Amino acid sequence: MFEFLTAKFEDLFYKIRNKGKLSPQDLEVALREIRMALLEADVNFKVVKEFLENIKARALGQNILESLTPTQQVIKIVNDEMIKMLGSGSSDASFAGKPPTVYMLVGLQGTGKTTATIKLADFIKNKYQRKVSVIAADIYRPAAAKQLSDNASQHGIEVYHNEKADPVTIAAEGLDFYRKSGADVIIIDTAGRLQIDADMMNEVAAIKKKVLPHQILLVLDAMTGQEAVNIAQQFNEKLEFDGIILTKLDSDTRGGAALSINHVVKKPVKFISTGEKVEDFDIFHPDRIASRILGMGDVLTLIEKAEKVIDEKKAKELEQKIFKNEMNFVDFIDQMKSIRKMGSLDKIFSMLPVQNRSKVLSNVNMDDSQLDRIEAMVNSMTVQERLKPYIINGSRKKRIAAGSGTSVGDVNKLLKQFSMAQQTLKQFSRPGGNKGFKLPF
Amino acid sequence: MQKLIKNLNFIWNKFRRTNEQFWDEIEEQLILNDVGPQTTSLIISSVRQETLSGNINYIDNIKELLKKHLLDIMEEQSADSGYILSDKAPTVWMLAGVNGVGKTSSIAKLAKFFKDKGKQVLLTAADTYRAAAYEQIDHFAQVLGLPIVHHQRYSDPGAVVYDSLEKAIAKGIDIVLIDTAGRMHTAYNLMEELKKIKKVITKKISREPDETLIVLDSTTGQNAKQQAAIFREAVQPSGIILTKTDGTSKGGIVITITNELKIPVKFITSGEKLDNIEVFDAKKFIDSLFS
Repeated sequence: MFEFLTAKFEDLFYKIRNKGKLSPQDLEVALREIRMALLEADVNFKVVKEFLENIKARALGQNILESLTPTQQVIKIVNDEMIKMLGSGSSDASFAGKPPTVYMLVGLQGTGKTTATIKLADFIKNKYQRKVSVIAADIYRPAAAKQLSDNASQHGIEVYHNEKADPVTIAAEGLDFYRKSGADVIIIDTAGRLQIDADMMNEVAAIKKKVLPHQILLVLDAMTGQEAVNIAQQFNEKLEFDGIILTKLDSDTRGGAALSINHVVKKPVKFISTGEKVEDFDIFHPDRIASRILGMGDVLTLIEKAEKVIDEKKAKELEQKIFKNEMNFVDFIDQMKSIRKMGSLDKIFSMLPVQNRSKVLSNVNMDDSQLDRIEAMVNSMTVQERLKPYIINGSRKKRIAAGSGTSVGDVNKLLKQFSMAQQTLKQFSRPGGNKGFKLPF
Repeated sequence: MQKLIKNLNFIWNKFRRTNEQFWDEIEEQLILNDVGPQTTSLIISSVRQETLSGNINYIDNIKELLKKHLLDIMEEQSADSGYILSDKAPTVWMLAGVNGVGKTSSIAKLAKFFKDKGKQVLLTAADTYRAAAYEQIDHFAQVLGLPIVHHQRYSDPGAVVYDSLEKAIAKGIDIVLIDTAGRMHTAYNLMEELKKIKKVITKKISREPDETLIVLDSTTGQNAKQQAAIFREAVQPSGIILTKTDGTSKGGIVITITNELKIPVKFITSGEKLDNIEVFDAKKFIDSLFS
């Protein structure tokens, strides 16, 4: 599931990552591609619009296009917004303080309520070792109660049904019956209904009023199109449901409904149903889905780590220094320490996307022991030497080498690398404004 | 449906304000009706082209143009299609589709449709998989007073179909309607089973089923296109039954399906009553969007 969006975003990010700079036009193109992908995936039109507007506002508002890492920043913004859209935190089955816990499942015709009822019952029964019973409150569809009881009996679940009563009475009777027999959890399966069918909506509201369920779950077909948000919204207005069971995710649906609904209705997708078998039922993890769609969870961790260790004000000062050719070893070691705070180089590199890793590694060619040596050499310098590297002459080099347990050759190499870094950084840096800071290696 | 009509009228009225906004709003309406972003942009760009080259800038004319364009797409496929009854009895129709789209309800509605025309109808319960699937279709058979052929749950659906056709031939039945189990188009084995059912029919009556109809839920979004494409690959459907049009979804995806996959819509259903079925009328369908 969600492979379509994952592939689209991977493709898009790959394209923009390969650009050093990102022009406003590039951003427009990227946003158009995101728009197309989301609409093809049935994300609601209005949600897409808002999503793109947010990304654009943040991208332009923070001047990130002019920063030195615009692509990374844009990707981060897209990710933030995606998580915001999907909602975060997953929820498991929950139970009332005093048993029995009553669940009620509602939804349109054909979304899979009866199947979901059995799956949820089986899920709770196995995971929490509770006694789960179900009530068949669909009196409209021919043989609905029989479908439920046939399936339930296969899985050792008891069913209450009464072909001669109305749904409100059935629900109340069933609840009574199971209360007496000491059931832990009771799940009420209701008839499919259109959200615009006033009589049917009143009926389900009446069941709610009568049995006061602990949780009302809307069962929604994952293949639902643009109307998904309206359907959910109208069910919510009438019933204030607690969450959603998303069904038929074993189709090749692009799952846009999952992305839109939480955003519009502010109710989480709690469970997903992914196949014909009763076990094909699970808790939904929106955050994992977001990283999956974006195919880049590790890079995010990396960006977050960098955000934590790099002091923006210092970075800005350094940038000025680089421009004026005043960068010194104090700055150099500061930056190096920041990076090392993020973890070992191996670990940092492992967080890069696969396609970038080899490129970076071939340019860097450095391991932690080398960083240790550099730090030792800088530590052996006097304050004057650190601030004014150009005063380091032959005898100073000897002293530094001796102090750090390295050779004069190593010190020479460091000085050469340092002056190269200065040159390179100067090229990247341009006067005026907020540019961000490119790490020296 | 009412909402769309209202919105479109509202848009037409605003037309003179700004051109760009006008087209944006048309786009929004088409997409909100599940026509899909690609088809929408194709339709809009070709209608725009025509308005430019023909120097058309009256709202009503553009409205007509858009309507005509959509109608052309729908009619290209369905102009002479109608539904097919065989000269040689029995006519055999098979219905297929993913879970929960309304196959069994559609079978019941078709059965009533033909019974009302004085035809001898036989129902075939070839969904041997879902619990109580037989009881559901049997309920309709009883209500309509129609014969039905079924086997036990989990038996071979091909065998049910074979028996049913035998019976139909022996008893001089006019139309056999075959209900199959809902299956995800992504489930390879189940799609193979469907191919097998079709083969059994073809062998028994020495021709393909007169209609192989895929049932699509109008609530479904862009995935309906995938469903249609994969069912087409497997059983080459002759048409579509669009269900649940009494809801708030319009089933705009069938415009894309007709355009890209060339499968015509043949019937449309719109409610829980057995009469809620109509032969698809492209003009009415499009007109209803713009009236």
